[in-house]
Amino acid sequence: MGGLGVLAGGTALGVGATRLGDDGTTATATGAPSSFAGAHQPGIVTPAQDRLHFAAFDVITRSRDDLVDLLRRWTDAGERMMRGEFAGPVGATSGPYDAPPDDTGEAIGLPTAGLSLTIGVGPSLFDGRFGLAGRRPAVLERLPHFPADKLDPARSDGDLCVQACADDPQVAVHAIRNLARIGFGAVSVRWSQLGFGRTSSTSTAQQTPRNLFGFKDGTANVKAEEADALDQHVWVAGDDDPRGAWLAGGSYLVARRINMNIETWDRQSLRDQETIIGRTKAEGAPMSGGGEFTEPDFALPGRDGPLIDVASHVRMAHPSTNDDHRILRRGYNFVDGSTDLGRLDAGLFFLAYMRDPARQYVPMQTKLAKQDLLSEYLQHTGSALFAVPPGVSGGGFVGESLFA
Amino acid sequence: MTPVTRRPLRAALLLGVAPLAILTGCSTNNASSDDSRLVSVDSSAEACTLSSAEAPAGNLTFRVKNTGSKVTEFYLLASDGLRIIGEVENIGPSLTRDLVVSAKDGGYITACKPGMKGTGIRADFTVTPSDQDVTVAADDAQLVAQANRNYRAYVTDQSAQLLEKTQEFVKLYTAGEDDAARELYPRARVHWERIETVAESFGDLDPRMDAREADLEAGQKWTGWHAIEKDLWPQRATGYTALTTAQRTTLANTLLADTRTLDTRVQDLTYSADQIANGSRGLLEEVATGKVTGEEEYWSRTDLWDFQANVDGAKVAFDGLRDLVDSKDADLGTTIQTRFEELQALLDAQRVGDDGFTTYDKLTPAQVKALSDAVNALSEPLSQLTAVVLS
Repeated sequence: MGGLGVLAGGTALGVGATRLGDDGTTATATGAPSSFAGAHQPGIVTPAQDRLHFAAFDVITRSRDDLVDLLRRWTDAGERMMRGEFAGPVGATSGPYDAPPDDTGEAIGLPTAGLSLTIGVGPSLFDGRFGLAGRRPAVLERLPHFPADKLDPARSDGDLCVQACADDPQVAVHAIRNLARIGFGAVSVRWSQLGFGRTSSTSTAQQTPRNLFGFKDGTANVKAEEADALDQHVWVAGDDDPRGAWLAGGSYLVARRINMNIETWDRQSLRDQETIIGRTKAEGAPMSGGGEFTEPDFALPGRDGPLIDVASHVRMAHPSTNDDHRILRRGYNFVDGSTDLGRLDAGLFFLAYMRDPARQYVPMQTKLAKQDLLSEYLQHTGSALFAVPPGVSGGGFVGESLFA
Repeated sequence: MTPVTRRPLRAALLLGVAPLAILTGCSTNNASSDDSRLVSVDSSAEACTLSSAEAPAGNLTFRVKNTGSKVTEFYLLASDGLRIIGEVENIGPSLTRDLVVSAKDGGYITACKPGMKGTGIRADFTVTPSDQDVTVAADDAQLVAQANRNYRAYVTDQSAQLLEKTQEFVKLYTAGEDDAARELYPRARVHWERIETVAESFGDLDPRMDAREADLEAGQKWTGWHAIEKDLWPQRATGYTALTTAQRTTLANTLLADTRTLDTRVQDLTYSADQIANGSRGLLEEVATGKVTGEEEYWSRTDLWDFQANVDGAKVAFDGLRDLVDSKDADLGTTIQTRFEELQALLDAQRVGDDGFTTYDKLTPAQVKALSDAVNALSEPLSQLTAVVLS
């Protein structure tokens, strides 16, 4: 019987490796895919995407080998997903019919959506379980208690973290879901946070977005185009800490879940709102005048003192009142439904990358918590600090230098 | 009880059929990542067209698309045209399904079987030598038969013990000896929970014997273990009226009669390797959805007894398949074994007395999380078990 024939130019189907364009959909990736390869991990200076799924994990295995194996598998699966492929080599719709597929499938047909994955390690990973006690840089320790903190332990800390950012929420959630699945037995999800609407720009090509108070935020952010500023304020240098040479080319990530008292804020007069922020609501221009990117003039006097209130948020957070320290903010708005009282459980999931949290974040937050007019409308409910290792070279894995 | 019954298991059990699916090929999860090992198959009414008549040895993927109007099947056969290396069945019109097989070099025969009849549309297929390792599975028939015998003996034994303890339990309950009945309640139920996936496969008995109050639809009469549980532990109920002796007797008689029916039915069951494997996985799903959350024994808080019993049953099923698993994927066997031990250590830490456990309300959130993590850790490799024993 016939029927066997080699199809002329038989087109390769890709053995289920790529999810793009499955089912006849056309999907175009926006720009080059992110990758762990290179000097730095993606998701830091990558132009901030619109959506976030951030997860913190507890390591539950006691085996260093299992932990290393997990980081290898995360690197492999993460690299595949950032390329728009399935989490596993077989894919969501293939493999043995009696086994669960190695990808969960909800991203079939979706583009890469600019997915970036960023993996970090928390101070608790260095507690002696994995022989890392001697490798903890001095500044990698739990952030101190700040005035008015109301932290929920179930939304704070973690041995590991993964930041997944994409322009499509389903792509970001797919990535965290599959990495968590790969991690069962080695790690357990401690907490996770969804975010929408980036609240900062990490490139001069991007508009400054608005936070849930309705104001432009992070105008003075360190941008991808400022190479010198990145080296000075964001990337850790090899000689910053004798125990932290492994972190050279990496960064520190401060994560803070900051609830906003939305309903109370909305009752403030426009005058008070602009006074508290120190910028106009329309343009984001400093109250001292000009446009959004005009440097604020904190000394410019009005009838009753400086035009920019001395306790306004823009002045309190400005590099000029913080020893010229700058940070790279990469936060997202969040709304986790409503509270028992019918108020929005909403705010800012603050993410910021920096070279030295002890100098760049702790003093600033101490001051903000005590003096910033805005703090009356904020409540910090989650907190974590992570060290984000450098990028991967030559077939290695994220965090390899830490285990070398 | 879960509302979602594992239907394939039930269907096969009710028919009393045990198709021993022994494929001598070896499919794995590691499909080839290069296109030369992907062969697309177009199965139409008259033709079986492959994109290539050969492929290099290793993990091959046949992507079978049914372009005909009848249900089709695809087989990869040994060169004798008889021995099945791998197959995909039940491919509906215009559906596509993958057959992933590990094949060493040599001559083979492919066959599409539109309409699922006859010998199919056959053609030669060549696997050329390559440097990829290919595992060739041993003959599994002995191991499968042994697993079936052991599992069958376990189920009938647990069913007999369930019947015995249920008789004793309903006697105490109808006599109003509530303290003694409460003592026996979790100890009788462990025999149900150890074989829960088998018991659940009887769609008529399960809701009568193991429904929770929230599982009922409006107007449905509540019978079985949990109705009695609430009557024995009414402390968390609001406005509960204790049952009369007559009502108790009705509930007790119904439960006992249903238990007898169950015991009669399990005598004739046989089990294929995939049914045993799915049963093991299914018991862990019961733990994940009902026990670790404290929902199963809402009134008595004796969830950890059930938890342990589900784990017992899953472990027995896995142990019965262990030799078969080890012959195909020894690493998987070792991982599952280790994860069972880690979960058991957490359960052992909650033991009270000779055969008891901490009640669910005494567990801290951290202890519940640790148990849940251990269940996840075990369930993930366990989800690979069926495909591996069938490979």
